[in-house]
Amino acid sequence: MSVAAATAPTRTTAVPVLRGYRFELVKLAAQWRLRLVLLACLLAPAVYTGVVSRQTSLPADAVYGRWMGQSGWAGSLVILVFMGTLVLPLLTCVVAGDIFAVEDRLGTWRHLLVAVRSSRRIFLAKALAALTVTLVLLGALVGSSIVGGLVSIGSHPLPGLDGHAMGSAELCRTVLLAWLTALPPTLAFSAVGLLGSVALGRSPLGLLMPVVLALVLEGVQLMPVPAALRVALPMNAFLGYRGLLTSPTQLETLWIGVGVSLSWAALATYLAYRLFVRRDFTDLAYDGSGRRFLVAGLAPLAGLVVLTTFSVAVATGATGSGVDRAKLETALATSFSHLYVLQTDELHRPAVTKEQLQTSARCDKGGDRVDDTGPGADWRCVVTWTLPGASATGTAIYQLDVAADGRYVADGDGPKAVNGYFPIHTPTGDAPNPLWQFDGFVDLLDTPPRGTR
Amino acid sequence: MPSTAVRARGLTKRFGDVVALDGVDLDVSSGQIHGLVGPNGAGKTTLLGLLLGLAVADHGQLEVLGAPAGESLALAGGVAGFVDGPGLYPSLTARQNLSALASLRGRVDGSRDAVDELLGRVGLRDVADDPVRGFSLGMRQRLGLAAALLGEPRLLVLDEPANGLDPAGKRQVHRVLTELADSGVTIILSSHRMDDLTALCDEVSLLSVGRVVFSGPVQKLAAESGELDHRLVTSDPAGARSVAERTPGLRVLTGRRSGSPADDGSLFVRGPQASVEDLVVRLVGAGLVPRELGPVVSQLEAAFLALTGAADEEEDAR
Ligand SMILES: Nc1ncnc2c1ncn2[C@@H]1O[C@H](COP(=O)(O)OP(=O)(O)OP(=O)(O)O)[C@@H](O)[C@H]1O
Ligand SMILES: [Mg+2]
Repeated sequence: MSVAAATAPTRTTAVPVLRGYRFELVKLAAQWRLRLVLLACLLAPAVYTGVVSRQTSLPADAVYGRWMGQSGWAGSLVILVFMGTLVLPLLTCVVAGDIFAVEDRLGTWRHLLVAVRSSRRIFLAKALAALTVTLVLLGALVGSSIVGGLVSIGSHPLPGLDGHAMGSAELCRTVLLAWLTALPPTLAFSAVGLLGSVALGRSPLGLLMPVVLALVLEGVQLMPVPAALRVALPMNAFLGYRGLLTSPTQLETLWIGVGVSLSWAALATYLAYRLFVRRDFTDLAYDGSGRRFLVAGLAPLAGLVVLTTFSVAVATGATGSGVDRAKLETALATSFSHLYVLQTDELHRPAVTKEQLQTSARCDKGGDRVDDTGPGADWRCVVTWTLPGASATGTAIYQLDVAADGRYVADGDGPKAVNGYFPIHTPTGDAPNPLWQFDGFVDLLDTPPRGTR
Repeated sequence: MPSTAVRARGLTKRFGDVVALDGVDLDVSSGQIHGLVGPNGAGKTTLLGLLLGLAVADHGQLEVLGAPAGESLALAGGVAGFVDGPGLYPSLTARQNLSALASLRGRVDGSRDAVDELLGRVGLRDVADDPVRGFSLGMRQRLGLAAALLGEPRLLVLDEPANGLDPAGKRQVHRVLTELADSGVTIILSSHRMDDLTALCDEVSLLSVGRVVFSGPVQKLAAESGELDHRLVTSDPAGARSVAERTPGLRVLTGRRSGSPADDGSLFVRGPQASVEDLVVRLVGAGLVPRELGPVVSQLEAAFLALTGAADEEEDAR
């Protein structure tokens, strides 16, 4: 017997998480699918903003779509809006939704366990690797969308969602912050991806869990659900950026979204962890268990929805749809006054200030027989303002299409001189009339709107 | 190094109602190549999984390299191997698989030279930079073996390492394993092919439905074969049959035997070696020429079938 052999037997210590993490990254980096996804994230937003910004018909359905030809920052915001609908959940499917299931597909669990010797550390390493890759993909989207817009159109001012003018510095800061607000809900969907991946193994439903959840939540958002529930769902956190685009900012919904998303991320990650460390890795036929997933996965998350909805309702006093006449009138009047100042400026007329205009709005939904509350395309508003130096007041009519999430599109209905035409003729050429059609939103929470000055 | 690499007493492992291991005792000395053999579902993989720390026995004691196996995944250092396939990542190349694993394990030498040396040892140097996706079963087995060797293990646990290997590959793997054993590494491997094990193993353990029905040197296993079936071809099948029927201790088997062409005039007899020799004398005495006479299966295989009860089943089926 050699000297070394005579020493007492040593227990293998588990591999440090950092090494496991590197191992996971090596495996992920070698996946063709992931490389293609990264390439798409790097190219698609730039190509899209580059191409669409130069076209005459712009995607006006998306917030800021109609501004894509005016400022490079609009493109990035449009991409952000797209991302929040389904693309980011889909990305989390490809990364987090697959990171455990891939070992099931390849039959490599036992191999990995023998090498790492700690299922806890495998979980940590995998979760961190998934997080890293998700951040990289998100970073690629941000960079690509901004670069694409700035290269093709350049950095020009844009109105905020309350119409206030935003210069390049404010836009740069706001767009980056807006993307940052997409991170917490992305983490929430990633965690759901981990949960699906752990709980359902090779089954495709496990892989698609984040997208399934996103579709379900989108469905819920389309229904006339109370504002408290709406705000308490992680999908709504993708809309939190809107509060950054007003002056002053409206951060309540944003912070609630961050809190909700991080709670989802923490709970789903914990549930995935618990399912994972309890798993019997000797069972080769393991294909996850739908029932266990329902009990140990979905039920706690459903409980979280109830809890957060209740908390939001109590904390904010929000009831009903969150869309009502007073909020719309305030939001519309504010936007109009800001945009009127912008229009005056573009037409090189004598400068006015928002305060001089003393704008007010009166809104009505669907005539006399309909309650003036709730979303719908049948809102009609009359905006009134005072022209400085003139005794007369101006009036303009808008048709408002108010979505259930609080976003509205105001469509100018005359007089033609104010909001009827697109474009307007400025001394330096034609420009889009900022008062013709514009986007805005109302905060669904029942707090007094702070966006008015 | 403890002189016993593995010591198991009364290991029991159940999966629900299935008793995968039922009071298994196992002793493997250091530097030995020990074969586990047994029919499908005998519990070989389960036992190897316990040795790798992938699962914990329900009852019984297990000592691996002198350290008692306690919790799952907490085992003595120096154990490596695989159960149920070598577990490789198809998108990585052979070299990447090994070097990624080496840096995962940290302390092992994952330098290019060390990896190349290993690849050469298992005969994969030429395909070192090909993705494992395109590897054949045998190439994967070899790479899995190389991966297991990365940590310079003192105990190597291999589940069916010869599965899918061509004769040359098998020889190469056998050579690698023999060299390792010579350098003091203990190797425990499973197979359901007796011929693989006889060429390689110092000792074998025969498992049948979760129990060890034989454990010891291969030669001793042969003695357990009991009565062997023999196939006899003569110039006169009918005459030979009547001679055989009159030979004491010998039974003439009826019915068709698998593996023999129909109606080639062969006769199957079962009995101890002495009776078979007696039959030859009697045949010659009766003027019949035995053209062919030999055991239907090898002695070891017969022992395998006898001890695992497979022979009886075959008999019953007829
Ligand atoms: N995770 C598990 N869950 C349920 N039953 C199992 C599990 N693992 C093994 N078994 C059962 O335990 C018994 C022994 O299985 P094991 O895989 O150890 O056999 P084996 O000797 O390796 O067979 P083979 O030669 O086919 O590889 C079988 O009856 C098998 O069905
Ligand atoms: Mg097996």
